[in-house]
Amino acid sequence: MFRDAALVAGKDLRIEARSRVATNQVLPFALLVLILFAFALDADRGQLASVAAGMFWVTVLFSGLLAVQRSFAVEAGDDARDALRLSGLDGAGVFLGKAGAVAAQLLALEVVLAAGVIVLYDVDLTGVAFFALVCTLATVGIAASGTVYGAVAAGLRVRETLLPLLVLPVLAPVLLGAARASEAVLGTTSTTMADAWPWVRLLAVFSTIYVAFGIVAFGPLLEES
Amino acid sequence: MTTTGSRVLGWSAAVSLALTAWMALVASPADAVQGDAVRLLYLHVPTAWLAMYLSFGVTTLASVLYLWKRTRSQFWDLVAGASAEIGVVFLGLTLVIGSIWGRPIWGVWWTWDARLTSTAVLFVLYLGYLAIRRVPAEPHVRGRRAAIVALAAFVDVPVVHMAVDWWRTLHQEASVLDERRLGDPQITGVMLFTLLLAVLAFTLLYFWLLVHRYRLARVEEEAEARRLEEALVERRAEGVEAVPEVSTT
Amino acid sequence: MSSPALPPAAMPLAARFRAAVSLLGRFPALAGVDLDVAPGEIVLLRGPNGAGKTTLLRACAGLVGITSGEAEVLGCDLSRDRRAVRRRVGLLGHATFLYDELTVADNLRFAARSAGRAAADGTVAMERLALDGRLRDLAVAKLSAGQRRRVALAAVVARRPELWLLDEPHASLDAAGRDLLDQLVTEAAAAGATVLLASHELDRADHLATRRVTIVGGRAEGGLLATVTPTPERQPARVP
Repeated sequence: MFRDAALVAGKDLRIEARSRVATNQVLPFALLVLILFAFALDADRGQLASVAAGMFWVTVLFSGLLAVQRSFAVEAGDDARDALRLSGLDGAGVFLGKAGAVAAQLLALEVVLAAGVIVLYDVDLTGVAFFALVCTLATVGIAASGTVYGAVAAGLRVRETLLPLLVLPVLAPVLLGAARASEAVLGTTSTTMADAWPWVRLLAVFSTIYVAFGIVAFGPLLEES
Repeated sequence: MTTTGSRVLGWSAAVSLALTAWMALVASPADAVQGDAVRLLYLHVPTAWLAMYLSFGVTTLASVLYLWKRTRSQFWDLVAGASAEIGVVFLGLTLVIGSIWGRPIWGVWWTWDARLTSTAVLFVLYLGYLAIRRVPAEPHVRGRRAAIVALAAFVDVPVVHMAVDWWRTLHQEASVLDERRLGDPQITGVMLFTLLLAVLAFTLLYFWLLVHRYRLARVEEEAEARRLEEALVERRAEGVEAVPEVSTT
Repeated sequence: MSSPALPPAAMPLAARFRAAVSLLGRFPALAGVDLDVAPGEIVLLRGPNGAGKTTLLRACAGLVGITSGEAEVLGCDLSRDRRAVRRRVGLLGHATFLYDELTVADNLRFAARSAGRAAADGTVAMERLALDGRLRDLAVAKLSAGQRRRVALAAVVARRPELWLLDEPHASLDAAGRDLLDQLVTEAAAAGATVLLASHELDRADHLATRRVTIVGGRAEGGLLATVTPTPERQPARVP
């Protein structure tokens, strides 16, 4: 299973390295969203610092959706499912590989976005290690659940509209948890570290559940048609 | 279930609903605090119970049974779908009635307290489930895909509850607006009886609706199967016509 | 070029179908296929367009479900678990199943390793199909259709499958490519692999094949070994 995962993750990341969709399209999109929020919330009123954590995570969520869509779009040709199934690779391994590649890309994106938020919204990041932990856990959860639902929607003509509908309600707790936990170290809210730790636990629980679910359900989900 | 069986079910549902309506609107007293608005609770609580626990519970259970090899059968797939549809309708009703109730009591149409927020997320989760059921595919393909989504939704529900609960308690705004306090079964006597009667009536209604929605789904599937048999016949006829061309060489 | 007319039970078959039905959506692409394939055979599937040849090949690759009837490929029961057979077969289909953004070398390496072979098998396949020159490090998207077909064929070779499934393999290959294909097929069969090939190019494919089966209306004629006679101008068996 892990051998297959490494093979698939390597392939996906190599494709990204060649095509640079994440760097050329998803990253600018994310930065654009941050800027648009600043317009919507009227940057001068000093609110931006207090909503910085929330905005960061909403942006990551939307970028995650794009990353998952892309992950399934690269599966060769007309039918997104055929190439993966034909390879004969173990379903759980493919899941871990694809989710892993998405997570890696998202984490790289988050580094840049964090810098963007710090600069654009004028906030300080007071606990880098803690923030890294929150980001890692949340990203694993987003990548895992996104990949599961990506498999549900893959190959369907309606997948662009169906995937957000399926994934976003599921990711609501992740958004909640990640935003509230991040507030302890990013932005100007009254959240303390003591408040933040339960949220970190929630993120860990969520990630574990969806990684396990993906390992079990991804193979059967691909077996359609 | 036989037609007689479902007819009995239907009549008992109708009777108990009528009785509930009478009790709720006429026989039971208005609440000291809430006034007549409390009568809405006789509608709101049963629909909430029905939607959140009964129908989505049935959907989850049926999905598990569908996925499990030993009990796999299209019956469970159709039951899961039927139950989810009923659940979504009643959950929508719950949210609307709750909102109407909330207006005179709280002064607002909506508030982000833990219960309401979780319920709203649940609503959208199951809308997604219904959406995936509508994507055209072979019955067993669609059934399996939908069952997996149902399980994922079920797994997500406690996580959503936990998250939203924490969120609201941390913010400590909930005390005055806590619906739970106002809707507490500290109500006694006639009001409690009416409430329980309402729950019973709606449960009967649920099962009656389930039976009929299931039958409808079953008939739809049979119509498809008949079309399939015709398609098989036509397909094989292709062979008979084409043979004369292919037989030489 | 004779095919042994042994009763099916005498040796383990590479593929065995009895009354197999396969649905594409609601359409019965296979409407009751009876087919036996012995190991080492090169079986030509021919028939009109839309008859079900592609679906049959995909079924052997474990890609489509068998809704009723029996279907066994390389000893794996397809109605129970289709996945087990995939690593052991190689399908050259209408789609190339290649990753457009990756190079020829990357694609072949992935193809080999996903079948459990060494990355070196990918390199060997590349050389065999004369792809290791300037095309090697070119992204597949930049190749012509014919070149892509060659890479797809190389991907099958790289997997070293026990069962080769070739869907119109001669199409879009140039003359050199076709000769290469014929060589590869003959070598593979000689080495013990089984080949199922669907083709409209009857002259070429006829020389290659050890047996011919006609697919029409989702069913197979001449599919069962016991009914086959080895003469080239045989009459196909009537549909019972």
